[in-house]
Amino acid sequence: MHLSTDPWVWVAAILSLFIFSFLYKDNPLYKFAEHLLVGISAGYYLALYWHNGMYPNIIAHVKDGNLWYLFPLFLGLLYFAIFVPKYAYLIRWPIAFLLGAGSGIAIPATFQASIYKQLEGTLLNPLNTYPSALAVFNALLIFFGVLLVLTYFFFSKEHKGVLGATSRVGIWILMIGFGASFGYTVMARVSLLIGRLHFLLGTWLGLLRF
Amino acid sequence: MAARTIPLAIVFFFGVLMTVQFYIPHPVSQRLYEMVLDWMNGVSAAAIILAVGSLVKHHWRKISRRENVVYSGVTLLAFFFMAFLGLFVSIAEDSLFQTLFANVQVPLQATMFSLLAFYMASAAYRAFRARNLEATLLLLAAFVLMIGIIPIGYLIHPKFADFAQWVLNVPNMAAKRGIMIGVGLGAIATSVKIILGIERNWLGG
Amino acid sequence: MNNLIHKLTHLNRQTIYGILALGIILPLLFPLRLPEHVSPPVQRLYDYIESLPEGSAILLSVDFGPDVLPETYPMFLAVLRHAMARNIRVIGICLNPAGIGLGLEGIQKVAKELHKQYGTDYVYLGFKPNLGATMLGLGEDVHKVFPTDYYGTPIDSLPLFRNVRNYNDIALVVSFSGASHPALWVAYANARYGEKIAAGVTGVMAADYYPYLQTGQFVGMLAGMKGAAEYEYLVEKLFREKGLPTPPPFAIRGMDSISIAHLLIIVLVIIGNIGYFMERKQKGA
Repeated sequence: MHLSTDPWVWVAAILSLFIFSFLYKDNPLYKFAEHLLVGISAGYYLALYWHNGMYPNIIAHVKDGNLWYLFPLFLGLLYFAIFVPKYAYLIRWPIAFLLGAGSGIAIPATFQASIYKQLEGTLLNPLNTYPSALAVFNALLIFFGVLLVLTYFFFSKEHKGVLGATSRVGIWILMIGFGASFGYTVMARVSLLIGRLHFLLGTWLGLLRF
Repeated sequence: MAARTIPLAIVFFFGVLMTVQFYIPHPVSQRLYEMVLDWMNGVSAAAIILAVGSLVKHHWRKISRRENVVYSGVTLLAFFFMAFLGLFVSIAEDSLFQTLFANVQVPLQATMFSLLAFYMASAAYRAFRARNLEATLLLLAAFVLMIGIIPIGYLIHPKFADFAQWVLNVPNMAAKRGIMIGVGLGAIATSVKIILGIERNWLGG
Repeated sequence: MNNLIHKLTHLNRQTIYGILALGIILPLLFPLRLPEHVSPPVQRLYDYIESLPEGSAILLSVDFGPDVLPETYPMFLAVLRHAMARNIRVIGICLNPAGIGLGLEGIQKVAKELHKQYGTDYVYLGFKPNLGATMLGLGEDVHKVFPTDYYGTPIDSLPLFRNVRNYNDIALVVSFSGASHPALWVAYANARYGEKIAAGVTGVMAADYYPYLQTGQFVGMLAGMKGAAEYEYLVEKLFREKGLPTPPPFAIRGMDSISIAHLLIIVLVIIGNIGYFMERKQKGA
């Protein structure tokens, strides 16, 4: 056992234990740690949004005399309007800009990536999965699988008769997909705990041989 | 006018500009397109004012009402100290700013999320039941994955890993692709409605 | 016997927590050293980076925060080590504000290990808040999206950017994320500019991204700590061949604990179901 002599490691370890204390029940140590996290991260984000976003992408251009950038500067300053009730509605302007431009770039990109390419993969290149003796069977399964799942999401007609049967098989396929996600999620959650225990047992207490 | 018409006009103008530009990249629209992309980063960065301002206002109000004074005080002190370090001292890798990030923010956030492992195990034990065919399929697929992706699964039989990959590549893929196409269509429809001013919920009351 | 089954099917919360904690701690203290088996999506990313000529530039996007650190950070380090050991130039960026410091720490750590020069062999450009605008902007001109690097140095003055203008000069983008960033990289950088994309994702997101592997929209993918362990294994092999000191294998060691935890959770679910069916039978009787 080689206890860490780095005071910052001790700070990190003690704060981690404060959070773990929540497993027993909510308590003042946990609350302290929670509020500290909110404050530290807000300060962290503010500084980096300034250094990495507002300054280089707006202020520096305006300082260089590029007047086009007065427009985003003006829109950005309108965020302060929220703190003046009489003019709070002005906050809609920067939101409108981001929403409009964001929607504009999303339409063609989503169509291309999430619809066109997926249909292409299902209809034109279904043998693209890893080579196997079952390639044709897999291709058919993928094609009908996608079709059946889509029928489940078709809500314009009541799920009865043929549509009822196909949407039911669609649910089974969805369940296999959700099961796969759950299996991976178990690994994900356990990994997060491994990370913390590795820090506490290894970096802090020096119990692990690296 | 300033409250509703101007925002709707802004949404329409920039929405149409950015959509059309994708298909007709004319040199003039191209220049404007590049500039708008740059503006988007600047205006998004300014949104931090909204987040941080609301946080400070909320905790300040709590302190003035003498509710949770200590906890709100911790949040505000930590916020102002960290912001001061970052804005006026240094953000380099060996700065106090980054040391606080690495030894306070990282362990706190990482530990908070690591608690999920315990809750997930407890919930799986209590609630993950093979009640009907759908739930059984979900359970079996999860078991196949959980055994197939661990080294022990491969040691028991290499086919376990192959079968898990097959589940991921074929039925899982079909399910996720169906969802992806559905979500994609929904996202496009919502975007069009926003640009055309049909969807106005974002304007609030 | 019935008493034992009743006890097993009615374990309290604390007992479950204790069992799980032990299942993770014991393999950390006494490693099992289980062998790694590399899955096709991981091998594909490794092979793609292997196929790049020396001096190519790749972009690694730190799109994760401390909340998913044990899954994504080891992947980030492993891919960084692979690229830097092969003399591939690395451009680091960050699209998750909580990950800015993690990206900085990781890139500096590996660069130091492999004696790389800042500005020539690698750079860290820092964070931008708008995902779509950044991903599209990089296809037009990196210099416009990131006029300066993380430290505020104009990127025009960095030798690495003399011949890197946009995606045409960047052979690959790898997004490490616990959210939807890789899907956005596909939508904006791949769909519009044809840029090659790969992803290092958390277990929670992994199954959702398989459609992108089949269409070729992803060059390869590392899924959760398992994907990180597989990549660490491949990089360790490469480092041995090159006579470089092998890095400490964090995810490979973690897989021992994951193996035991998975088996424990499967057993717990089976026990829970036995109790459920027994109670249902009793109620029916």
